[in-house]
Amino acid sequence: MPNEKNEKNEKRIKGVIERISGPLVVARGMPGAGMYDVVHVGEIGLVGEIVELKGDLASIQAYEETSGLMPGEPVVCLGEPLSVELGPGIIEQFYDGIQRPLELIEKAANSHFISRGINVPAIDRTKKWKFEPRVKAGDVVETGDVLGVVQETVIVEHRIMTPPGVKGTVREVRDGERTVEETVVIIDDNGTISEVKMLQRWPVRRPRPVTKRLAPNVPMSTGQRVVDAFFPIALGGTACVPGPFGSGKTVIQHQFAKWAQAQIIVYVGCGERGNEMTDVLLEFPELEDPQSGHPLMKRTTLIANTSNMPVAAREASIYTAITLAEYYRDMGYSVALMADSTSRWAEALREMSGRLEEMPGEEGYPAYLGTRLASFYERAGRCIVKGQDGREGSISVIGAVSPPGGDLSEPVTQNTLRVTKVFWGLDANLAYQRHFPAINWLSSYSLYTETLDEYWNDRFDNEWSGLRIEAMSLLEEEDQLREVVRLVGIDALSKEDRMVLETAKSLREDFLHQNAFHEIDTYASMDKQFRMLKTIVRFHHLGMDALKKGAPMNDLFNLPVREQIARMRYLEESRIAGIDELENAMKEQINGLVPDGAAAFKGGETNVA
Amino acid sequence: MLPKEYRTISGLSGPLMMVENTTDVRYDELVEIELFSGEKRRGRVLEIESTRALVQVFEGTSGIDVSNTKVHFLGRVLTLPVARSMLGRAFNGRGEPIDGGANLIPDKRLDINGMPMNPFSRDFPSEFIQTGISTIDGLNPMVRGQKLPIFSASGLPHNRMAAQIARQATVIGGADKVAGAKQEDFAVVFAAMGITFEEASFFMEDFRRTGALQRTALYINLADDPAIERITTPRIALTAAEYLAFECDMHVVVILTDLTNYCEALREISAARKEVPGRRGYPGYLYTDLATMYERAGRLKGKSGSITQIPILTMPEDDKTHPIPDLTGYITEGQIILSRALHRRGIYPPVDVLPSLSRLKDKGIGKDRTREDHADLMNQLFAAYARGKEAKELAVILGEGALTEEDKAFAKFSDVFEDKYIRQGEYENRTIEETLDLGWSLLTLIPTKELKRIRDAYIEKYLKKAESAKG
Repeated sequence: MPNEKNEKNEKRIKGVIERISGPLVVARGMPGAGMYDVVHVGEIGLVGEIVELKGDLASIQAYEETSGLMPGEPVVCLGEPLSVELGPGIIEQFYDGIQRPLELIEKAANSHFISRGINVPAIDRTKKWKFEPRVKAGDVVETGDVLGVVQETVIVEHRIMTPPGVKGTVREVRDGERTVEETVVIIDDNGTISEVKMLQRWPVRRPRPVTKRLAPNVPMSTGQRVVDAFFPIALGGTACVPGPFGSGKTVIQHQFAKWAQAQIIVYVGCGERGNEMTDVLLEFPELEDPQSGHPLMKRTTLIANTSNMPVAAREASIYTAITLAEYYRDMGYSVALMADSTSRWAEALREMSGRLEEMPGEEGYPAYLGTRLASFYERAGRCIVKGQDGREGSISVIGAVSPPGGDLSEPVTQNTLRVTKVFWGLDANLAYQRHFPAINWLSSYSLYTETLDEYWNDRFDNEWSGLRIEAMSLLEEEDQLREVVRLVGIDALSKEDRMVLETAKSLREDFLHQNAFHEIDTYASMDKQFRMLKTIVRFHHLGMDALKKGAPMNDLFNLPVREQIARMRYLEESRIAGIDELENAMKEQINGLVPDGAAAFKGGETNVA
Repeated sequence: MLPKEYRTISGLSGPLMMVENTTDVRYDELVEIELFSGEKRRGRVLEIESTRALVQVFEGTSGIDVSNTKVHFLGRVLTLPVARSMLGRAFNGRGEPIDGGANLIPDKRLDINGMPMNPFSRDFPSEFIQTGISTIDGLNPMVRGQKLPIFSASGLPHNRMAAQIARQATVIGGADKVAGAKQEDFAVVFAAMGITFEEASFFMEDFRRTGALQRTALYINLADDPAIERITTPRIALTAAEYLAFECDMHVVVILTDLTNYCEALREISAARKEVPGRRGYPGYLYTDLATMYERAGRLKGKSGSITQIPILTMPEDDKTHPIPDLTGYITEGQIILSRALHRRGIYPPVDVLPSLSRLKDKGIGKDRTREDHADLMNQLFAAYARGKEAKELAVILGEGALTEEDKAFAKFSDVFEDKYIRQGEYENRTIEETLDLGWSLLTLIPTKELKRIRDAYIEKYLKKAESAKG
C-alpha cells in the first residue's frame, strides 16, 4: 500500500491487538476509526481494513498472513478507506489484490515468494510523463473535464481529468515532462485553489460518479462464434459464465480478454491458479490485438490474487479491479473487465463472515451476498461520463462462477444470475467431447439478442436475425429428434428430419466449435461469422429442396463441398470472400444429384427412406 | 531466555486445548506440551484472545490432564530442518526420522507453511514429461511444474499407477537444454496421510526394488497415527520439496496420498472449533486451505528446479461432485480420473479418458516438444472416442442394427481404443512416438472425412503412413 507520509499523522489512531484468528484481527482502543478504514497491523505493519466496529473493539481483515502476530502489538488506523491510486502507469501493470505491483514486490522482497509487510507504490513516482495540456489559463472546467493527456502506451492515451468535486477557472497549466506527483494544472474556484496532479486516489468501495447512464445497445464482439452469433453481449453489459471445473471457464475468459472489442481490458484472477496468471502475463505481450496491431498487453492491466495468497485481499481485488475500470471508463473508453472467479470472492466473503461470527445464510454464505454481488455488477454499464464534452464510456463485466459440483442452484450462481443479463452455461458433457467453447446452446441466453439484432441487421442487409433464428431452431429441433432416435433408431426418421440432423451437426461442428489454440480459428470477425452461418443454412435450404426432388440422401451428405464447409473456419480473415464462392460449388454439386425431370417429383414426399 | 512454562490449561476438546493467562504468545506459534508421564507433544496456536491461547495438539489430546501438564510456547513457527541428505530417508508426519538412522544435519530450517509464490516470478511450465503411459502422454500430457491429481476411488489401482509414473517419468526433448539435467537431479517426495501400512509398504517396496529409494524422501503418517498430524504431513513434504527444487536445483515429483484423509482431519479440527460448516460439514475455507498446498507446485524464473505434484484422492462413493474432488479440480491443472467400469473389465490403467484433462498440455506439446501433430491428434481421438461411446450406448438400447455405418465404425473404434490404447502393462514404458503412432493407426478405423479436428497437412503426412504400416 502507498504510505501516506506525515501529513496525515494527526489523523492516525493507535490501538492494540486483542485477538487473532487467521486473517481476522481484533483491536482495542480505536475510538474514531471508521468502517472500512485502512489500518497497519502489528510491528511489521500488515495492511488491513476495518470490517466491524463494536464499542471499543474494531474487527480488521488483514490482507496479509497474520502468523507471528501477538496481542498487545500496535494497530494504526490511517483514517481513510481502502483506495487505489489512479494515474498513468496502470496499463501493462501486474498488481496484487490491493494494487501492489508484483514486480516491485519481487524486488523489495528479493525473493520469488511474497513476504509480508512490503510497502511499494502502485504507481511509479519517479517516471516522467509528457503532459500535453488540453486546457489553457482562463478556461472554466468542471469535474471530469480533460485537462491534458499523456501517452501511456502506444495505444492508450491517458486523459488527466478534473477530479470529482473540483471545478473552477484554470489559473495555470504546467506542460512538459512531469512526474505523477507534480502539479500540472491549478484550478481556482472563487478563491479555493486546487492543485491537480496526475496522481489521484479513489476509495475502491465507492462507485465513481457519471452524468447519465445509457441503454446497452451496441454490441461488443468477441470473435467467439457461439457468443457473437447466438448469445451476444453489449458494451456495458454483464455476463456470467458458470461451469464445473474443466469446462473451460478460464480459456473463455482468456479468449475474451484477447479478442473482445474493448479499448481497455482489466483482468482479475481472483483466487485462481498462479500458473494461469503467469500464462496471461507471458502470452499477452506476444499476441497482437486485431484492432490496433499492437501487443494485447498495451491495453491490459492484470490483477492477481491467486488462491494461495491471503484470502482477505481476494475480497478486495474485485473492487480494486472495478475501480480501475471505472477510471478508464471516465476517460471515455470502452472497458471490459474479466473476473475469474467470483465464486472465490464469495468464498472469501464467507470466510470473513464466519470469523466475525455472523449469522450464516444459505450454505454458510453471509446473508448480504446477494446485495454485494448486485452492487458490484451494477457498477458496469454504458454511460455519458462526467465532463462537459459528453464523452461516452462503458464497462462490460464478464464474471466466471465456479459452482461446487457444477450445481447451478448454489447461492453464488443464483445471485449472479439475478443481476447479469447474459448467461453462458458451460456443459461438462460438451467439454468431455472436447467441444469448445463448451457453451450449451440450449440452456444459455442473452437478453441483449433482440436489441443487438437491429445493429447487425443494419450491417448485414437485414439477413442477420433471420439466419440466427433459423440456425437456433434447427439446433432446438435436433435436440428433440435425438430423443426420438434414442427411442426408435435413426432409420425411423424421414429424409427431411435426417437433413435437419445433418445441418445441426454441421452447425455444431463447423460453426459453434472453435479451437482457441488454432492460430486462425481462435478469432472470427463478424463478417466471417455471418458468411459461415449463411453458407451452412444455405446448404440446408438447397439440400432440403434437392431431397424433395428425389436426390439420394447419402450422396447429398457426402458431397465434396461439405468438407469445404467444414474447413471454412480455417480461412484467414483476408480470404473470407472465398466462403461466398462455396455457394456456387454447392449449387452445382447439389444439382448434379437431382434426377432429370425432377419437376415431375415435386411434392412427391412419399418416398421416405 | 527460557520460554515461560504454563500449567494453566483450562479446557480440552477434541484436538484442541485452551491455555489461560498467557503473555507474549504469537499467532501460529509452535507449542511444546509435556505430559505428566514426561511424554512430549507438539501443537500450534490457532487463536489468541488477549490472555488465552487456543492450541491445536498434533498428536491428539488423549492423556493430557488439566493440572499436571506443562505448556511451553517456543516463540517460533513450526519449522522443518532440511538438507539434501533427506533423500533416501523415511520420516514420520512431523518430519522426524523413523528409519532408525541418525538425525539430519540440517542445512537450514524452513517454515512449513511456506510463502505464496509471486505469480510474477513464476515461469510457465512447458517441459513435457513422458510418463510412458499413453492415456497421460498422448491425451493428458503432463509438464514439469504442473499439479495433476489422480481422482480414484476405493478398490482402484491408483497406487500402482502413481508408482509407475514415479518410476518412468522422464523429460524428453528439452532435457539437453537444461544444463546437466541428469537422472540424479530428479527426486521424489512422497507424503502419505492416513494410508494403511500395506499401502505404504507397497510404495517403499517398489521404490526399493527399482532403485528409486535413494532419490526419494518419504513422509509417512499411517492410518493409526494421530489424525491431526495429517494437517502438517503434506506441508512438511512440500517444504522439503521446495528446498530440493529451488535450492538444490532438482526436479521433484511430489506424490501426496490420500488427500481425502487430510480433508477429514481438517474437518475434525473445524468441528472442534465449532466453525460454521460449508458443504458436507467441511469448513468453508477448504478451498483456500487446499490451495495453499497445491499452489506450491511450479517453476520459478531463473531456477532450474521444479515441483510437479501428483496428489491422489479417493472419491467417496465415486462421486466427483463431492467437495474434496470438486475443490481439488478447481485448483489443480487438470485431473486424471480412474474408471471403475474399465477396471472391472480388467483394463489397466483404468483411466476414464473423457473427463480426464490436463490444462497445461497445450504449452508442453507440439513441434520441438513432442511432435507437430500431437494437439490435433489428441483432439480427434477425444472426439472420436466420445462419439464411439455414444454410438455404443445407442446400440445397447436399439441393437447394432439401428446404427449407421459411420456410427458402427466409431463404435468399433472405441472398443479397439480401449483395448489397445488405454490398456497397457504396468511395466510397459511407451515412448511418445509410439503413443502418437498408435493413435494414428487407430484413426484408420474411421472415415477420413470425419477427421475434422486435424489439419489436412497432418492427415496427408501421418495417416498415409499409418495406413501403409497397417498394410
